[in-house]
Amino acid sequence: MRIGVFICHCGSNIAGTVDCAGVAAQAARFPDVAYSTDIMYACAEPGQDAIIEAIREHGLTGVVVASCTPRMHEPTFRRAVERAGLNRYMFEMANIREHVSWIGKDMDANTNKAAELVRMAVAKLRLNRELTPKSFPVTKRVLVIGGGVAGIQAALDAADAGLEVVLVEKEPSIGGKMAKLDKTFPTVDCSSCILGPRMVDVAQHPKITLYAAAEVESVSGYVGNFSVRIRKKATCVDWDKCTGCGLCTEKCPSRKSYDRFNEGVGPTTAIIIPFPQAIPKKASIEREFCRQFTRGKCGVCAKVCPTGAIDYDMQDSFVEVEVGGIVAATGYDLMDWTVYEEYGGGRYPDVITSLQYERLLSASGPTGGHVRRPSDGAEPRDVVFIQCVGSRDPSVGRPYCSGFCCMYTAKQAILTKDHIPDSQSYVFYMDIRSPGKGYDEFTRRVQEEYQAQYIRGRVSRIYPSRGKLVVCGADTLMGTQVEVAADLVVLAVGGEAAHGAPQLAEKLRISYDQYGFFMEGHPKLKPVETNTAGVFLAGSCQGLKDIPSSVAQGSAAAAKVIGLLSRDMLESDPQIAQVTVSRCIGCGKCIEVCPFKAIQEIDLRGQPRAEVIETVCQGCGVCNATCPQGAIQLSHFTDNQILAEVEALCRF
Amino acid sequence: MAVMQGKELRIVGFLCNWCSYGGADTAGVGRFAQPTDLRIVRVPCSGRINPLFILKALTSGADGVLVSGCHPRDCHYAEGNYYARRRLEVMRGLLPVLGIDPGRFEYTWVSASEGQRWQHVVEEFTKQIHALGPIGRFPDAPELASLGLGAG
Repeated sequence: MRIGVFICHCGSNIAGTVDCAGVAAQAARFPDVAYSTDIMYACAEPGQDAIIEAIREHGLTGVVVASCTPRMHEPTFRRAVERAGLNRYMFEMANIREHVSWIGKDMDANTNKAAELVRMAVAKLRLNRELTPKSFPVTKRVLVIGGGVAGIQAALDAADAGLEVVLVEKEPSIGGKMAKLDKTFPTVDCSSCILGPRMVDVAQHPKITLYAAAEVESVSGYVGNFSVRIRKKATCVDWDKCTGCGLCTEKCPSRKSYDRFNEGVGPTTAIIIPFPQAIPKKASIEREFCRQFTRGKCGVCAKVCPTGAIDYDMQDSFVEVEVGGIVAATGYDLMDWTVYEEYGGGRYPDVITSLQYERLLSASGPTGGHVRRPSDGAEPRDVVFIQCVGSRDPSVGRPYCSGFCCMYTAKQAILTKDHIPDSQSYVFYMDIRSPGKGYDEFTRRVQEEYQAQYIRGRVSRIYPSRGKLVVCGADTLMGTQVEVAADLVVLAVGGEAAHGAPQLAEKLRISYDQYGFFMEGHPKLKPVETNTAGVFLAGSCQGLKDIPSSVAQGSAAAAKVIGLLSRDMLESDPQIAQVTVSRCIGCGKCIEVCPFKAIQEIDLRGQPRAEVIETVCQGCGVCNATCPQGAIQLSHFTDNQILAEVEALCRF
Repeated sequence: MAVMQGKELRIVGFLCNWCSYGGADTAGVGRFAQPTDLRIVRVPCSGRINPLFILKALTSGADGVLVSGCHPRDCHYAEGNYYARRRLEVMRGLLPVLGIDPGRFEYTWVSASEGQRWQHVVEEFTKQIHALGPIGRFPDAPELASLGLGAG
């Protein structure tokens, strides 16, 4: 074997703390190394050309590039060696940037470490074999999980491109958080007027199948061919018969049910259509409030329903769909702000969340758009907004900025003035974060045109006094303490990953961070991909974002799915397990441990043997470590290859 | 290219590609400085790690071995890290039988976003190995090691 070694300077990123020429000189003495050099930027065009030229000039049969992490540029360099006529798997990387130059400043130690990592890569490469991918057909259908604005956008874009779309929403209606908003910033445009038509488009699109009140039960398979089991929750209303007339909701005697859509602002009935523009506009029964279930008798809705759609005995049902790609768009939920004792911990009815306030402002809300405070129904005059409740606060485990609260608080202060002209808004803030088109102008407008008082400081305490809530806080710009007697306090509660997001991530086999947000493939370059091929992200499930960003990401995720499913055949990764039949004893242990059911038992002249189903194997190598015979080996990560690396390291 | 005398000890890391290798990358991108002793072997999944790899390293002269994978329930391959956990627990119990201090081996879970946690893990484990000092070596250790443990 003739190996070429290329030590990348990465400008000064590596060369600053590693003697690259020294590493190249050491590498020249490693076994089978025929050519060794250092190079300014291996990934740039001249760098790749130099590698290709060296392969041709020196007749190289394998290449090691020591540069950044293989998670970054392994595909880049594999393509480069392929252009020079080598098999793309006759290539190895040594990570001397993220794992060496960026984490230590000692030049001698770094240079020594880099040389050792190159030695390990060379040792592994000597045992590499040429691998060729197989092709398999794809299912041209996409699953979108979550019917908020990001999921709606992804579904519509993918459907417009000709793909079949299955949209799953856990609530009885799509629309997500945006449907709960009264207006949007910075245009103060009507939220339901811009979202509503999109929701109707989803319902009417011939390519979109919508499952509302449904959740993803399980996911199996792999990119191009996922099998998804969807649980349709029992709504106790046959949606094929329900016309959405709403007669049942008028007659329902259980009028103290928790109104999830209206964030608990005012009660609702046990059988509900969440809001007037709901898609699908179908009724569903909330069993925990329904008298038929809690007391065992009622049946009013069944009596009044003109189409006989009510079915108290309905059970959850399941549908199976085959899809080629998946977009997760599960959005966010508000964090539990009642941990804040200083704001009353939930004891004062007139301390509400901004999402509850949004429902009070909305004409389709429980108060018909008249702002009335929950305790006595009075119209508030002095309204205090407190920002960063559960954002930028490590003491409650929420160190991140939720991003949209500064803007919606400004919007709500404007709307307060619009609804109640003689009102006065006070906003306690830490910093005003308004980077966006027209955003900063908007936060200025609320102060200058709408006379909202912005007070830079935190609130230490809220207590009730003579029908008012006294808000005590600091004004850090004035260096004084302030007290405001408020009629209503609105908390800008920060967001967190949607409840159940980690469980869904586990079903999709994607990663999530410590807050439950799904991990993107690369923070800069793969913002909507995940590390699981065929699974993409849109909207706040990846990290909190406002509506324009969510829509943009929905379109971006759709574009990725469209690109993926535009091909009739996909190439499978050949880094998969292989059985050496002559060593296999047919014990079946590999079949038992395989998480993907990718190994089957075959009959070889009357003897059982294992066989890998190539397109199903995902290349984890659990079988490899299980096989007592070493008969099943993971290509590109065989026992001998890993041991060669260990050996290269420990022998010296 | 021997171990840097008096400065470093030989520490081998086996890291899964999806979580911990990514976490080590994240630590690098964030410039979280770490001791230079550790050398990382990238494997697709912690479930790929044959415990014999670790014994091979320890009997071939490694002073410590660190394994890191995805957090339980967050495995890229759904359940590989559960297999890893069982195997490694059993193996750890056998280390004293082989005359190896169990403190020379550790396994942990670090996700791709936990750069700072990775820095902490490396610092602590390196400290632990330095406290134990270099592993005792037979004069002919490589020959002994090649006798029984050449898995695969």
